[in-house]
Amino acid sequence: MMVALIVDVGLAILILFVAGWIVAVRSTFAAVIGFVVYGLLLSLVWVRLWAIDIALTEAAIGSGVTGALLLRTLSRLPVEHSERSANGSFRFIAGLFCAFISLAIAMVIVALPEPAPTLAPEASAGLPAVGVGNPVTAVLLSYRAFDTFLEKVVLVLALVGCWSLAADRDWGGTPVLWRYSDPDGVLKFLAQTLPPIGVLVAIYMLWTGADHPGGAFQASAMLAAMWMLTIVAGLMRMPRTNDDLLRLTLVSGASAFLLLGFAGFGIVGSFLAYPPDYAKALIVAVEIPMTIAVAATLVMLVAGPPQRRDMS
Amino acid sequence: MDNFLFAVAAFVLGLLILGLVCVLKGATLADRMMSAQLLGTSGIAALLLMATAVSEPAIIDVALALALLAAFASIAFATSSGDRQDRE
Amino acid sequence: MTLLLARDIFTIVAVTFGAFFFLAGTVGLIRFPDTLTRLHALTKADNLGLGLVALGLLPWADGILALKIVCVWVLVQFSSSTVSQLIARLAQQERPQA
Repeated sequence: MMVALIVDVGLAILILFVAGWIVAVRSTFAAVIGFVVYGLLLSLVWVRLWAIDIALTEAAIGSGVTGALLLRTLSRLPVEHSERSANGSFRFIAGLFCAFISLAIAMVIVALPEPAPTLAPEASAGLPAVGVGNPVTAVLLSYRAFDTFLEKVVLVLALVGCWSLAADRDWGGTPVLWRYSDPDGVLKFLAQTLPPIGVLVAIYMLWTGADHPGGAFQASAMLAAMWMLTIVAGLMRMPRTNDDLLRLTLVSGASAFLLLGFAGFGIVGSFLAYPPDYAKALIVAVEIPMTIAVAATLVMLVAGPPQRRDMS
Repeated sequence: MDNFLFAVAAFVLGLLILGLVCVLKGATLADRMMSAQLLGTSGIAALLLMATAVSEPAIIDVALALALLAAFASIAFATSSGDRQDRE
Repeated sequence: MTLLLARDIFTIVAVTFGAFFFLAGTVGLIRFPDTLTRLHALTKADNLGLGLVALGLLPWADGILALKIVCVWVLVQFSSSTVSQLIARLAQQERPQA
C-alpha cells in the first residue's frame, strides 16, 4: 500500500533525524527530552513491524521509565556536566563506529533469504500444548522460561550493584528521586488520580498478555511509573534499602520462579516443566509476583544508590 | 478507507516533524516540554488511526499505555527540572 | 448500503477535522508569541484533534474496543490539561513576570 510506505519511510527518516539531534544538542536536559521522543517514535516503528508486545514495552520502558532514570541521573550531576563538552574528534570516531555497525546490521538483514529463516511456525504450533494464545508469552514463560528466570536474578544483581555505589555510611539508607515543592497541589492531584488508572491498566495488560499482546514486563513498567509518581508527589514514601518488606519483594520474582522450577521437578520430572493442564494457570500465577518484583526493582534502579540514613 | 486512514496518520506524523522543530529550537524548557507533549498526543492519534487501518485492536492498548506513560514522562520533566543543580 | 456509505463519510469528515485541529495546534505551538499562548494552542490539539479522530474511528470498533478508544481520549484530555498546569508554573518560574 503506497501510503503505508510513505508512513514507514517518514518514520525512518524522522528517527534518524531525532537520533542525530540527541547526539548533537548541547543541553543534556533537551537530549533527555529528545530521547523520550525517540522512544515514542520507536514504538510506532514496532507497531508498523507488527511487534505489538515490543511496542508496548518500548512505550512503557523506553519512554517512561528510562526517561525518569535519565532525569534523576541528570539532577545528580554537577553543573559542569550539564552541557556537552565539545570533544569533536572523539565523537566523530564514535559516530563513525556506530554508523559502521548499523550499516553491517542493515546489510545482513537485507541479505537474508526470502522467506527469512524463522522458528515462528514451530512456536505457534506448540501454543495449544501450553494453553496460551500469545506466542511471545509462550516463548518467555514456557519455551525459554529458564532465561526469564535468570533475567529476574540479573535484575536483582544489577540493583545490588547500583546500591553498592553508595558511600559506606549511606548503606541501608533511602534513595531520593527528585524534589518538587508542588505549590498548587497539582502534582498531588495527578498522583491521586492517575495511579489507580495505571494500576488497572497494568493488571489488564498482565491478564491479557496470555492471549494477546501484553505481558508481565509491560505491566511492571507501568506499575513502576505509577509508583514513582506517588513517591515524587509525596503520597508514598521511598522505602529504605534495608527495609525487609522491600527486600522480600525484590527477590520474590526470582524466588517464585525457583519454587515453580523445583515443583516442576517434583511433579513432572524436570526443572521448570509444567504439568500439561495447569500450564496457563501456573504461568499467570508466577507472573504476578514477578510483575511486582520487577516493578519494585525498576523503581529502586531509577532512584539509584541510597543517599541518606534517615527516612525521606 | 485504509489508505485514507494511513494518509491521515502520515499527515499527523508530518505535523510531528514540525513539532520536533519546536523541540529543536525551543526557546525555553517549557517550550520543549510542550512539544514533547504534542508529540505524545500525535503519536497516540497515529496509533489509533493505524489500529483501525490494519484492524488490529491490540494497537489501541499501545495507545492506552502511551497515554499514561507520556503523562508520567511529562510530569517527570516538569517536576524534576527544578531539582537540578543548575538551570539550562 | 447507504448505511455503509454514511459510516465512511462520517469517519472521513470527523478524522479530517481532527487532523485540522492537530494542524492548528502545531502551527499555534510554532507561531504564537509566548509560552502560555502556545500552551493554549497545544490543548486544542489534545481536546478537539484527538477527540474528533477518536470519534471518527468509533464506527469501526465494536463494543469494548469503542469504550477503550473513548477512554484513551478522556485520559489524554485529563492528563494533558493537568500537566499543562505544571508546565505553566515552570514557564512562569523561568521568566518571572506575570
